[in-house]
Amino acid sequence: MAGFNKVVDSYEAAMAGLQDNMTVIAGGFGLCGIPEGLIAQIKKMNTKGLTVVSNNCGVDGFGLGLLLEEKQIKKMVSSYVGENALFEQQLLNGELEVELTPQGTLAEKMRAGGAGIPAFYTATGFGTPVGEGKETRKFNGRDYILEESITGDFAIIKAYKADRYGNCIYRHTAQNFNPMAATAGKITVLEVEEIVEPGALSPSEIHTPGIYIDRVIVGSFEKRIEREILSSVTSNQ
Amino acid sequence: MSLSREQIAMRVAQEFGDGHYINLGIGIPTLAANYVANDIEVMLQSENGLLGMGPYPTKEQVDADMINAGKETVTAATGASIFNSAESFAMIRGGHVDLTVLGAFEVDCHGNIASWMIPGKLIKGMGGAMDLVAGAKNIIVTMTHADKHGNSKLLAQCTLPLTGVNCINKIITDLAVLEVKSGAFHLIERAPGVTVDEIRTKTVGKLVIGADVPEMMF
Repeated sequence: MAGFNKVVDSYEAAMAGLQDNMTVIAGGFGLCGIPEGLIAQIKKMNTKGLTVVSNNCGVDGFGLGLLLEEKQIKKMVSSYVGENALFEQQLLNGELEVELTPQGTLAEKMRAGGAGIPAFYTATGFGTPVGEGKETRKFNGRDYILEESITGDFAIIKAYKADRYGNCIYRHTAQNFNPMAATAGKITVLEVEEIVEPGALSPSEIHTPGIYIDRVIVGSFEKRIEREILSSVTSNQ
Repeated sequence: MSLSREQIAMRVAQEFGDGHYINLGIGIPTLAANYVANDIEVMLQSENGLLGMGPYPTKEQVDADMINAGKETVTAATGASIFNSAESFAMIRGGHVDLTVLGAFEVDCHGNIASWMIPGKLIKGMGGAMDLVAGAKNIIVTMTHADKHGNSKLLAQCTLPLTGVNCINKIITDLAVLEVKSGAFHLIERAPGVTVDEIRTKTVGKLVIGADVPEMMF
């Protein structure tokens, strides 16, 4: 009986079934809360033609930026992609397509996708390039656009601790998009810092219930910091 | 004299009300957090999923799992809460955030804002700006009144692709404070030593000037 033991012991097993031209939804905000080992595995598999849905695309040489090196990404759905020279180059060369999506709309697209809601109305983006070509409707005198939700063949996410059921908790702002991404994958793979015994996490502290999680792997994380600003500095802006 | 970045930030902080939840954009708006009046309590929202943003960390406090929407290391203030991005934007889009302050390339007298895209230049994305201008209860723009070539950024109609329509209530520039209502900019304050004439010259959109325009107080 396999029961609810979702823990796998290799990255090969964690990402088994990923094929060319699939859609991968990735948790994380910048380099915070990203499934580092799962991204490295996709790089190793050299899967091509991927559509990647993630708020950002990492930086040169780290995070999702790694997948640009062998041109594995065909299309990126993100809210902000400004941190990455290789990204810029491939975009200008026409080797990479980008669909810029407002951050809240992106989060809601994942949430709705995972909740079986095919589309939703939002005021965000009305009257802007984001709203062009989209169905609009007035509710109580205000204009809204119809945004379609997102699901993926795979979702790759990162949490702090999980048990073998896939129940997990996130740490601080490394939570970000991970809970929504978790719900929106046909196969959701969770990379965690630590696997704990069943019962070690209190049922009421679970952020993502195990029902959304298909595979769990324990990883080691570099946790690179994009902008280390210390209290002696007022702002780097 | 036009205001420095710090002075604009100081004037922005005067807009903060006691008990307000506030989202500050990157740049001058973020600086305003340094000038919150001593007799009020505000809570800063960071749209990656933090309500109650504290100061930057000490070297010992630095934690890769603790960042703000500008991807800078940050701390949590007393009373803070941390949540996922859908929750974060639910509070923004649901009208629960009292005030957002953000920068812009252009604003027009209909309250439209352009802040994210210059055609022909590399487009990096809008991040959370479109959600913030569509959802916050009150939206203030901070920017220089004119660009470095002297061209007004307060227009009759924005020329760049928009971030949001009919949403800006107030603009705080290096020269003036203006309210946006009824299709016009209403000049309500001027920077110390800046004349109404200079502001008029540097404002392209319809400008309404009252009988007396006081200087900003710091």
